[in-house]
Amino acid sequence: MISNNRRLDRRAAIRTLLENRGPLLLVTGLGSTTWDAASVGDDERNFYLWGAMGAAAMMGLGLAIARPDRRVLVVTGDGEMLMGLGSLATIGVQRPPNLAIAVFDNARYGETGMQASHTAEAVELLGVARACGFKETFDITDELGLREFAAYIHDAATTLCARVAIRADEPPRVLPPPRDGVFLKSRFRRAIGAEA
Amino acid sequence: MGNLTATGPLDWRDEIFAVLKRAEIRQVGYVPDAGHARLIELCRDDPAIRAVPLTTEEEGVALLAGAWLGGQRGALLMQSSGVGNCINMLAMTKTCRFPLTMLVTMRGEWAEFNPWQVPMGSKTQAALELCDVLVYRVERPEDAAETVAAALDIAFNGDLATAVLLSQRMIGAKRWVK
Repeated sequence: MISNNRRLDRRAAIRTLLENRGPLLLVTGLGSTTWDAASVGDDERNFYLWGAMGAAAMMGLGLAIARPDRRVLVVTGDGEMLMGLGSLATIGVQRPPNLAIAVFDNARYGETGMQASHTAEAVELLGVARACGFKETFDITDELGLREFAAYIHDAATTLCARVAIRADEPPRVLPPPRDGVFLKSRFRRAIGAEA
Repeated sequence: MGNLTATGPLDWRDEIFAVLKRAEIRQVGYVPDAGHARLIELCRDDPAIRAVPLTTEEEGVALLAGAWLGGQRGALLMQSSGVGNCINMLAMTKTCRFPLTMLVTMRGEWAEFNPWQVPMGSKTQAALELCDVLVYRVERPEDAAETVAAALDIAFNGDLATAVLLSQRMIGAKRWVK
């Protein structure tokens, strides 16, 4: 385990991933990563999950297959990814080149009281991803590594999976991102020309 | 694999496939299933359809939500036991009004040999309806295609969730004694 003070700040990490996002499409998982994304500024090309724990990576897959002309980034937490662990197997088979998954791993269930997650004990998410067929995985523990990954998302040739070691803390939450699912869906589709 | 009985010169599974093509279905999520074997094979062989094998059915609900975000239509193929796996994901379908059509081969009803299939099979329709999924049952091969077409129409015209239950009697009960 990396000590907490050597881990990245989650809000700084999301800013690094999104600061030069270009036309990148973003799906965030239930929980803190939705707040992380909104802290950079709400964007119509963000789809925030407020439920359906375990769905984030699979939504990214469906979106990436539907839009091979666009890059898709999924940012989710370790707990959310663990609930959809089988989806790593499903995505490992498909591996669309325009999909990247970044798991913000604080080894905690942040929404429910910071209980230890499986990654605190025994589970290596990237080991799972590799065993599921992912060809490029990134264990990110510093700002430089994160910057390189953020740039690589835009021209990778296979599905990427990164584990971003973030501190177990709860930064202040301001400006709640929209929670209306129909609104989030419709504005996203309009923003990318899938709906008039 | 189960013993699938042919039902006529034009198999209802091929007819359902033709309906999926007419509806411009581009992504098909599935968990391998004997009753859907033919339809899965047709989808996998079609270059215009991305057939995605799932480890569990709820992945498919999320897959097709993502597909719709990107402007593609999908369909989800599963056995009745898989409906139970989808329940929590269906909350997203309803909250966001994602269109969804699930084609469900029934187990645990007509001449089921395996009692472990019965609890989920006998509650599949009720469980879906509790989640506000519109359910259509098919008992006769000649009704299969138009029922699927109707379910797809309602789903994509109204941003609603639909399921077509293909009865075990029509599919042919699975036999394990060879």
